[in-house]
Amino acid sequence: MIEVINLTKRYGATVAVDNVSFDAKAGEVLGFLGPNGAGKTTTMRILTCYLSADGGTAKVDGYDVFEDSVEVRKRIGYLPESAPLYTDMGVIDYLKFIAQVRDIPKSQRSQRIKDVVDICGLEKMIQKDVGELSKGYRQRLGLAQSLIHDPPILVLDEPTSGLDPNQIIEIRNLIREIGKEKMVIFSTHILSEVSATCSRILIINDGEIVANGTPDELAGRARGEEVVHISIRGPREDIEAKLEELSLVSDFKRVKSDDDACAYQIVSQKGQNTAEELFHFVVQNHWSLTELRQEAISLEDVFLKLTGNESATQPTDV
Amino acid sequence: MNNIAAIFKKEFRSYFNSPIAYIFITFFLALSAWFFFRGFFLVGQAVMRGFFSWVPWIFLLFIPAVTMKLWAEEKKIGTVEILMTLPIKDYEVVIGKYLASFCLLGVTILLSLSIPITVAYLGEPDGGPILGGYIGLCLMGGAYLAIGMFASTITENQIVAFILGIVMCFGLLIIGEDIVLFNAPNWIVPIFSYLGLGAHFSSILRGVIDSRDLIYYFSVIGFFLYLSVLMITVQKWR
Repeated sequence: MIEVINLTKRYGATVAVDNVSFDAKAGEVLGFLGPNGAGKTTTMRILTCYLSADGGTAKVDGYDVFEDSVEVRKRIGYLPESAPLYTDMGVIDYLKFIAQVRDIPKSQRSQRIKDVVDICGLEKMIQKDVGELSKGYRQRLGLAQSLIHDPPILVLDEPTSGLDPNQIIEIRNLIREIGKEKMVIFSTHILSEVSATCSRILIINDGEIVANGTPDELAGRARGEEVVHISIRGPREDIEAKLEELSLVSDFKRVKSDDDACAYQIVSQKGQNTAEELFHFVVQNHWSLTELRQEAISLEDVFLKLTGNESATQPTDV
Repeated sequence: MNNIAAIFKKEFRSYFNSPIAYIFITFFLALSAWFFFRGFFLVGQAVMRGFFSWVPWIFLLFIPAVTMKLWAEEKKIGTVEILMTLPIKDYEVVIGKYLASFCLLGVTILLSLSIPITVAYLGEPDGGPILGGYIGLCLMGGAYLAIGMFASTITENQIVAFILGIVMCFGLLIIGEDIVLFNAPNWIVPIFSYLGLGAHFSSILRGVIDSRDLIYYFSVIGFFLYLSVLMITVQKWR
């Protein structure tokens, strides 16, 4: 449904989007993940025909974003970052305006407006002016605006930024709900957000795609190692000396130590039953175990690995 | 057409949802009435020449104030991003916005009809020059609006748009005035006097509506609307 090939965009000397290629199919919720200034917004702006590119092509539903921009725009609902809206308009007037420009037949307009107001939970705000709305409600109105023509593709630029935790959860649920029927592309720099909502993740750094895969696949990439958190009661020097000798421990780090117990973070190779082995290790030495848990390797680790200073610069598909 | 109508409606309402329209109308009417009646009873003639000769200068300050927000504000608060990703062609937005500002001007001009009504009540004015004058006002105001809107597409700062608008309108007005023409080299005089906004206005003011004057004003309007569309398009390539 969306096909992007070698897209490049420069602002003067800086390359904002560098040879980006990806595609997305209907029914996918695609998350753009990346640090600030990675090129997420620029990519979205090109897809929504707000900016032109310096090279490459992008097709939406078979229409080229540069050649058939009006056709592309008809198929996309777009919520720009921080939901810019006309503050001097009434909420209902604003939706009417968008509905008219979106070519929704007159007879259906009030029904469609009612629908999106329901979906986005704006019933109480309908009589107000846009300027009176709180940030969360503006975000919802922006979302309502992007949904009004029932587009097959929804592009949302940081839809949850600046919202409180409750609102974030609501918007996420909304995205997941909408994503069942439509294709949704949204950007964020919050990691938990993508794993909670997306079916596929694109990690963008410095204008390049550094990873492309499902959340599980990406997390799996970092799972070559295992991390176990363990807390042992016993003499510290002794424990550490023995840990040093233990072959399955490739690295350990003391995270806490007091009179009661010492806590360690232990890194080992995957597939060695580290937790179990460590349990036996503690028992054999007649210490007591106060805590033992396997730490999940998160997307966060993948993200840091890919976008950090020693980042992989080759785009890799998993 | 539908798109132009939608943009028009939004912009026109937005003028009246904010203080701009009321301030514009009030100040314009007050100022023009004062300029008019100041000399009217002294001269004691039922003519409106005084009024019409002042209005281009009043417009010079007022019209860029009407147009300055048209694009600059949208760019500043970012709404242009939604606007330009709606399925509308750039020229439709430009025309819609232009028509909205033109209608605000129309309303203002309509309200200033109180002056000729007063004149007609007090004396027996010659209708031709007054009618011509009003048509001229619309044309001249229309040209100012197109220039002012173009100024607004250049920047995202409304004050800059306002000042640029004034400077551009003033430039086009002054080149046709005697003070410039007397000092300009001979070969440039006919060009300047043709391009000057005011010269065409004064010929309409005589009550003679010449097609050359109409063509002139329509070309100025068309040219600056075209420049606005161009500017909007170019900004996608930034």
